[in-house]
Amino acid sequence: MPTGRLAVWWVIASEIVIFGGVLGSYLMHRLGHPDWAYQSVHTNTWAGAFNTLVLLTSSLFAVLAHQEAAKGNGPKAARNLMLTVLGGLIFLVVKSFEWTHEIQHGYTLTSNTFWSFYYTAAGLHGFHVLAGMVIMLVVAADARKNRELQRVENIGIYWHFVDLVWIFLFPLLYIAK
Amino acid sequence: MSTATVDTSHGHAHDAHGHHDEGFIKKYLWSTDHKIIGFQYMFTGMFMALIGGFTVYAFRMQLAFPGMSVPGFGRVTAHDYNSLVTTHGSVMIFWVAMPVLIAALGNYLIPLMIGCDDMVFPRLNRLSYQIFLVSALVLIASFFVDGGAFGGAWTSYPPLSAKAEYNLTPKGAPLWLIAVALEFVAFLLGGINFVTTVMNSRAPGMKMFDVPIVVWMIIIASILFMASVGPLVAGAVMLLFDQLVGTGFFDPAKGGDPVLWQHLFWFFGHPEVYVVLLPAMGVVAEIITVFSRKKLFAYKTVLYTAIGTGVLSFFVWAHHQFVAGIDPRMANIFSVTTLLISIPVAEMVFVYIATLYGGSIRLTTPMLWALAFLGEFLLGGVTGIFLGASGSDIYFHDTYFVIAHFHYTFFPIAFIGSFAAITYWFPKMFGRMMNETFGKVHFWGTIIAFNFIFIPLFFLGARGDHRRIYDYTNFPDLMKPGMQDLRVLATVALLVLLAFQVVFLANLFYSIFKGPKAEQNPWKANTLEWVAASPPPHGNFPELPTVYRGPYEYSHPDAAEDYWPQNQPPAGAAS
Amino acid sequence: MLSHYLEIASSFGQDIDDLILLITLVVGFWFLLAQFLFFGFILKFRHTPENGRKAQYISGELKKEKRWVSIPHYATLFFDVLIIIAAIRIWQDVKMQMPQADSTVRVIAQQWAWTFVHPGPDNKLDTPDDIRTVDELHVELGKTYHFELQSRDVLHSFSVPAFRLKQDAIPGRTIKGWFKTTLSGGFDIQCTEICGIGHGLMPARILIEKAEEHAAWVKANAPMVAAAAPASPAAPAPTDAAPTGGSR
Ligand code: HEA
Ligand code: HEA
Ligand code: CUA
Ligand SMILES: [Cu+2]
Repeated sequence: MPTGRLAVWWVIASEIVIFGGVLGSYLMHRLGHPDWAYQSVHTNTWAGAFNTLVLLTSSLFAVLAHQEAAKGNGPKAARNLMLTVLGGLIFLVVKSFEWTHEIQHGYTLTSNTFWSFYYTAAGLHGFHVLAGMVIMLVVAADARKNRELQRVENIGIYWHFVDLVWIFLFPLLYIAK
Repeated sequence: MSTATVDTSHGHAHDAHGHHDEGFIKKYLWSTDHKIIGFQYMFTGMFMALIGGFTVYAFRMQLAFPGMSVPGFGRVTAHDYNSLVTTHGSVMIFWVAMPVLIAALGNYLIPLMIGCDDMVFPRLNRLSYQIFLVSALVLIASFFVDGGAFGGAWTSYPPLSAKAEYNLTPKGAPLWLIAVALEFVAFLLGGINFVTTVMNSRAPGMKMFDVPIVVWMIIIASILFMASVGPLVAGAVMLLFDQLVGTGFFDPAKGGDPVLWQHLFWFFGHPEVYVVLLPAMGVVAEIITVFSRKKLFAYKTVLYTAIGTGVLSFFVWAHHQFVAGIDPRMANIFSVTTLLISIPVAEMVFVYIATLYGGSIRLTTPMLWALAFLGEFLLGGVTGIFLGASGSDIYFHDTYFVIAHFHYTFFPIAFIGSFAAITYWFPKMFGRMMNETFGKVHFWGTIIAFNFIFIPLFFLGARGDHRRIYDYTNFPDLMKPGMQDLRVLATVALLVLLAFQVVFLANLFYSIFKGPKAEQNPWKANTLEWVAASPPPHGNFPELPTVYRGPYEYSHPDAAEDYWPQNQPPAGAAS
Repeated sequence: MLSHYLEIASSFGQDIDDLILLITLVVGFWFLLAQFLFFGFILKFRHTPENGRKAQYISGELKKEKRWVSIPHYATLFFDVLIIIAAIRIWQDVKMQMPQADSTVRVIAQQWAWTFVHPGPDNKLDTPDDIRTVDELHVELGKTYHFELQSRDVLHSFSVPAFRLKQDAIPGRTIKGWFKTTLSGGFDIQCTEICGIGHGLMPARILIEKAEEHAAWVKANAPMVAAAAPASPAAPAPTDAAPTGGSR
């Protein structure tokens, strides 16, 4: 396996255990507190669903970018990467509206343990989205000049992972009532 | 060969560092050369060992002579005592054992032993060290903030660690946590680099079972680390929020659960002890084979037992929590898994002893250290059984018996193992030889003093001394005749041990600059690092070696000499 | 062997000591055997310029040689099982079952003191005649006690070395356990979980008194209310399930 890709897989492996730790802790609490269902009612399921869609679409662009890069078409790959970044951006914007709304209604990080988990898990994930976007911008800048095209695939793999984490978070935090 | 002449052989592009006239900063502080980064880790680790040693000096003086003004520190208050113990434990594990055994040896040895020119991600490597350095500085800084350094033990159990009103170190507690978290990040980056390098950059011909055991061990340890630290990273974020923002993840009053932290901590904490054990075992494998001129007995078994230990280590963590209020039925399960882990470890130990059988043993300084590791670790290992048996752990939990148990494992690992590694690879690292006489003086002084520190602690623990107590005079049952004498004995032995470290440091620094020049392969060893010049130039090998055989073909009947370097073509082939 | 240094004052103390002795014998044997081989080989196979000893070539992969691995493997397995059985039996006895109690005491830990609630003359907790003491627990010789362990702030641990007993206290929970006293006298109670600056300043004493002595102590210390109005059937004691059961 090419070195870069191998390394990305190891990064993902260690990230899985980090998110595994958060989600495991959350589940343990959740099972012990059936009353949390009354808290998660106050999350905005529609916003969450929309964001899921946004992330999935952006992952699609990441795949397209990889295909273009495989063909050696750097500029096109870069364009698709920028669309992926755009998806990340929309995700974060929606998130910030959601959070503002919730905070205005008094559901803050310290309200109770459900909301602590809600903000911590989603925040940790959002941080990964942001980091992915920054790296993707750097990769896109190189790809535009047809340089380091193998990185397009690597950042794509990472992005799919970030996507996947959200797919776990969404039902656990928003839907499970 | 001198460094200057070989430098030209390094003909391919790293980043910007191919020049001959690198400045001091670029060469030693901003380098991406794996060897330099290894040195950075090693010397930082040794500096931190001085801190770990100084803290233990201060608090052990207090234990032996309660209330005295400790020379160089002053009076040790209850608050100071807790900070000192906490810092001692954290520093020794996270800033001494980890950097020296995994990062320093991993960085220095992996590319040399698998026959390549550098790590696959040199700049990531540099970043890893820099983050590590910052983490060390943050930890040191926590001593100088309002309220002083964190004193809630290296296990940092909430609610004590979560609320400043309980621990009274409003700044020290978060700083400690941040320092530990940064250290984890540094080692995650380093670990990814190690694993990728070994998977992708081995010399041509080097198959899986031709990789030296020490490299295997560092890789297994890195993977263990990566797989176990995640939940604690998550836990650290949660605890930091509890401390700084007022969330209640671990606060029962807010619906949280303090025991959850213990699970997250020990799910990492137990594998962590094998993370440091395995590299030390690897070092010992290299040294005992070279100095008994023997093939390693059952190479594959060593590997499988290491992997077995690693896998099992994920299922034993709650043996630290037998009496912590977990479901008592869980204790039964964890008692079983804990005792089972003695099987692979016992096999490993017996395989090493078998390696000595029929050898031609030369007791050089590195060999003495390697042997001492085995002898001392055995006692640490078997005393773990007393603790793993749930019934007796009710009594022993959090007594000095535990302290003595894990110092009999950790001291051999962090110090005996490091001394073995440093004395063995010193000729390669610095191109000079260390002084054998001083080496042996240091060895005997350290080993004897070490036993005199910790044997008494077993007895004190068995008689009821519990941990993290700054003054036993408050406990009538712990002031029975003879007990204080044992405490004094341990402290005096510590002073002796510290004094003997001066011999080591003097020998080390003198030899770096003034020692006699070393040959390329002074110990007549097989592994690839000895093919490079001493010290290896940037880029390591004049031309990358090809591997024809396993690393431990000593005294092979078909070989002309009693060693058979991995890169030497077989007799038949043209050479 | 331990009792030579530290008296046994509980019914299960001797069992735990015996377990420790058993483990000492088992691992002691293996420890000595390993050390014997280890030093034996070093001495026997030592190279000196005089003997000019050459090493043998042994791969350790032959069937015969594998004994070095398989014997420790099965032997360790066997002895592990032995130790596990002994350990779990004692664990069950001490931590998993609760013999009928003669009396129940409540132990409340806080930074940095112990409060002990004795049931008083009516032998019931949470009645007005309860006797509360600080850093001194009074129990009667030969009786079986349940204890309810609580914490007001951080983790503490209730440890009585003479009982060979230890249990952590967790804020927000009530943890139950038991002991039966077998020796009269005064013994240390330690806090064995770090609980902040005063962790070293949480010594307490357990005083095991003979029946008459204990009765006298109860009589002398019971609050006056109790004498006047015999305890009314008061509120039941909090159960351990309620996550907010602990007092804070
Ligand atoms: C690198 C360090 C290291 C290593 C290798 C070990 C190895 C082991 N440890 Fe230890 N341990 C620690 C470091 C280590 N430990 C630390 C730091 C703590 C305390 C943390 C804290 O609270 O601050 C601790 C605490 C600790 C506890 C918790 C005690 C308590 O707090 O109450 C327990 C309990 O089970 C335990 C068990 C074991 C066991 C069973 C092994 C086994 O791996 C040992 C296996 C080895 C052998 C058994 C020897 C070789 C075998 C033979 C010679 C064959 C014969 C043997 C038999 C027949 C059984 N350890
Ligand atoms: C790797 C781990 C490690 C190491 C090596 C040591 C080494 C030592 N430890 Fe430590 N210790 C811990 C890990 C370690 N400890 C932990 C985790 C705790 C628990 C903390 C807690 O409760 O929170 C603990 C707690 C602890 C206590 C209990 C305190 C208490 O509970 O009240 C005591 C008491 O005596 C003690 C003593 C010692 C002594 C005398 C040494 C001596 O061996 C020290 C000798 C030091 C030196 C000799 C340093 C100088 C040497 C050099 C500069 C040489 C160059 C260096 C290299 C080549 C690396 N330790
Ligand atoms: Cu209370 Cu320690
Ligand atoms: Cu453990």
